[in-house]
Amino acid sequence: MGEIIKAEHLSFTYPGIDDVPGAVVFEDMNLTIEEGSLVAILGSNGCGTSTLAKHFNSILLPCGGKVWVCGMDTADEDRLIAIRRNVGMVFQNPDNQIVANVVEEDVAFGPENLGIASPEIRRRVDQALAQVGMSKYALHAPHLLSGGQKQRIAIAGVIAMMPKCIVLDEPTAMLDPRGRREVMETIIRLNREKGITVVLITHHMDEAAQCQRVVVMHRGSVAADGRPQEVFAQVQLLHEIGLAAPETVELCYELNKLGFALPLDRLDEKECAQALYNAVKA
Amino acid sequence: MEPILQVQNLNYIYSAGTPFQHQALEDVSFCVHRGEFIGVLGHTGSGKSTLMQQLNGLLKPTSGTILLDGQDIWSDKNLTRQARFRVGLVFQYPEYQLFEETVYKDIAFGPKNMGLKEDDIDIRVREAAAIVGLTEQQLQVSPFDLSGGQKRRVAIAGVIAMQPEVLILDEPTAGLDPAGRAGILKNIEDYRRAHNATIMMVSHSMDDVARLTDRLLVLNGSHLAMDGTPAQIFARAEELVQMGLNIPQVTRVFLELQKLGLDVEPVYTLQQAVDALSALKGGAASC
Amino acid sequence: MLKDITLGQYFPGNSVIHRLDPRTKLIILVVYIVALFLAVNWVSYALMAAFLLTVIRISTIPAKSFLRGMKPLLLILIFTGVLNLFFTTDGEVLVDFWIITITTGGLQRAIFMVLRILLLICGTFLLTYTTSPISLTDGLESLMNPLKVIKVPVHELSMMMCIALRFIPTLIEETDKIMSAQKARGADFESGSLMDKARALIPILVPLFISAFRRADELATAMECRCYQGGTGRTKMKLLRYTLWDFYAFMTAGAVLAAVCVLRYFGL
Repeated sequence: MGEIIKAEHLSFTYPGIDDVPGAVVFEDMNLTIEEGSLVAILGSNGCGTSTLAKHFNSILLPCGGKVWVCGMDTADEDRLIAIRRNVGMVFQNPDNQIVANVVEEDVAFGPENLGIASPEIRRRVDQALAQVGMSKYALHAPHLLSGGQKQRIAIAGVIAMMPKCIVLDEPTAMLDPRGRREVMETIIRLNREKGITVVLITHHMDEAAQCQRVVVMHRGSVAADGRPQEVFAQVQLLHEIGLAAPETVELCYELNKLGFALPLDRLDEKECAQALYNAVKA
Repeated sequence: MEPILQVQNLNYIYSAGTPFQHQALEDVSFCVHRGEFIGVLGHTGSGKSTLMQQLNGLLKPTSGTILLDGQDIWSDKNLTRQARFRVGLVFQYPEYQLFEETVYKDIAFGPKNMGLKEDDIDIRVREAAAIVGLTEQQLQVSPFDLSGGQKRRVAIAGVIAMQPEVLILDEPTAGLDPAGRAGILKNIEDYRRAHNATIMMVSHSMDDVARLTDRLLVLNGSHLAMDGTPAQIFARAEELVQMGLNIPQVTRVFLELQKLGLDVEPVYTLQQAVDALSALKGGAASC
Repeated sequence: MLKDITLGQYFPGNSVIHRLDPRTKLIILVVYIVALFLAVNWVSYALMAAFLLTVIRISTIPAKSFLRGMKPLLLILIFTGVLNLFFTTDGEVLVDFWIITITTGGLQRAIFMVLRILLLICGTFLLTYTTSPISLTDGLESLMNPLKVIKVPVHELSMMMCIALRFIPTLIEETDKIMSAQKARGADFESGSLMDKARALIPILVPLFISAFRRADELATAMECRCYQGGTGRTKMKLLRYTLWDFYAFMTAGAVLAAVCVLRYFGL
């Protein structure tokens, strides 16, 4: 598998106002996202995850270093549209990314901007809505839908552009458990069935646990990177930077303090229960 | 325990008489005791936000009564206004309601509306700021220069400064990271202890609710579907899942343990789980 | 509740009127209005009314909706009627009492004016009832396209209209929420002098503006992410295309206009 996004020695500082120096977000950061992977980026509020996401499709440009998307330099203005059609973005607030007041018109917005012929747009819109399970709502007004449904419309709007990669910036932060489940199921399915690369920025450990790889960010650099089992086993580190591990791991961690010798890589409740069972019975 | 809020046969219909008519609450009755910490669960549209707005007199029930300290809050105009102050309501994403030039002035908005004297307002503002961990220096800056988490603390302080006997919060930790969530929850606990206040908290985080509350109310489809202790509620795991809700992960782990044949009582907080398992291991070792 | 206000007042349906091209409906509305102002006698008014009633019938929109929409305009209708009734002095005198004089001319004028306004408003309602806001915007954009030659930003205007329509319900809901939140902190919007009431709006307006700007900012970023770069090179999913029905519609409207003209100039 090739790499789809690559940040090399990335540094970024928000411009300062008058004499006040700007806030440094990254300094010499390196990160590679493999094509077809499902990657979670974890970080506390204000640690730069959203800023990083905006570098992946040229909304922000690096102050130093380079970001490559499908082999294209994001600073290359001639490639701007090519980059944005390949890396789609979904943001936290579903209300602020829906443009039209009919669902299918909104999904058509991206392809329309790309100058695609109308019959093809129609086909893509119908397909995209089917993929997120929202075909029934094609003619509804978006503001009457639930949060989870709105977020699925936003995802449909992105996949109608047929991107290779979708970056989601805390897409479930404003949703209830049902909405969160809907969104997670949708993006995991898109990754598995369509091979779309997914970069998921989140605060929720249980969502990160469902991904193939977890990248933990702290103060503008990568603090941990690996399979969820490997990353969440570093409970101490996670606590130090204001994050937590899933409860299964936290439970084993607390028990180990009391003399148990439990593995810290059991993310699934069944596996965790089995490990606990073995430990108690031993 | 003495009841502070009594809700009797509450019904609420939105936009009655129009094509958009919608019954948000149907025959809801419960009682809140002084000093309780109550968690309110329910998916979006279950009527929980509507219910919260009934309790401080923002919305008038279509039928049914709400008694605050035994008095019907709608029986007298003055009582209705008093209910706003005695039952403090923190909305979802409260940081979006800040408007004053300084943090101090914004927190003082509520107490000022209560018609308090300058000195009293000052004491209350400083106390509320201290509870949510805002520094003296931060009181003089514009709330719009603060970070998202700090803004939320300012907004919560704005309600706490009215020193409500009942503090209602609608998803106070939504969108925050684990450290931010823990901070806000600690602020709420601190306020509760300082004023022996009653807390009602709407939340989607089952782990938080399980750890903090004495009692849970579960709303589903405009009805009060469950009312009981966390242990009683989380024992009905399957029903909760059907309502689009979760159960704490440790509870699920313990349900699995039971399936494996281990004789354990269901737990719903991390601490309980740790205690139960270490007791088991200790017991096994001593045999 | 502010939420109950419905904007655009579109009644989804599948009648011939619903399916007509929005441009056709816009043009016919203009023709219809011209015809209304050319109508001078009973026969032409009867013709216009018959035309409107037939179209309403075909559209399957319940007549009740028109009456409900008319309610806020009742005062204007009465005012117009009364004004014309009392201040027209030609024709035979019917009533002459104190300072009030009613003539046959006045009576006729009053009825005509009220009828004209009624027919005008119902016609406009019919357009918004049967055409979704988005296709109305599309139609307007397409009709105004020639204005691009004189540098009128046609695409930008229609995009703005579309976004405004999309965000009005969201902002109304937001206003509702902010009002409740400030009321929960004891804000009082009802009592006090006019000055107090104006001051009481600050806690609503400041957060509302800040939120609107934040939304605008986020929306702009989201649009950029979806490759928006203005109107150039943009295509449409739904192409506007005239059908045979549009042709029939134009013919009918043309015939009505011609009939009204004939009635006016030949005084039949």
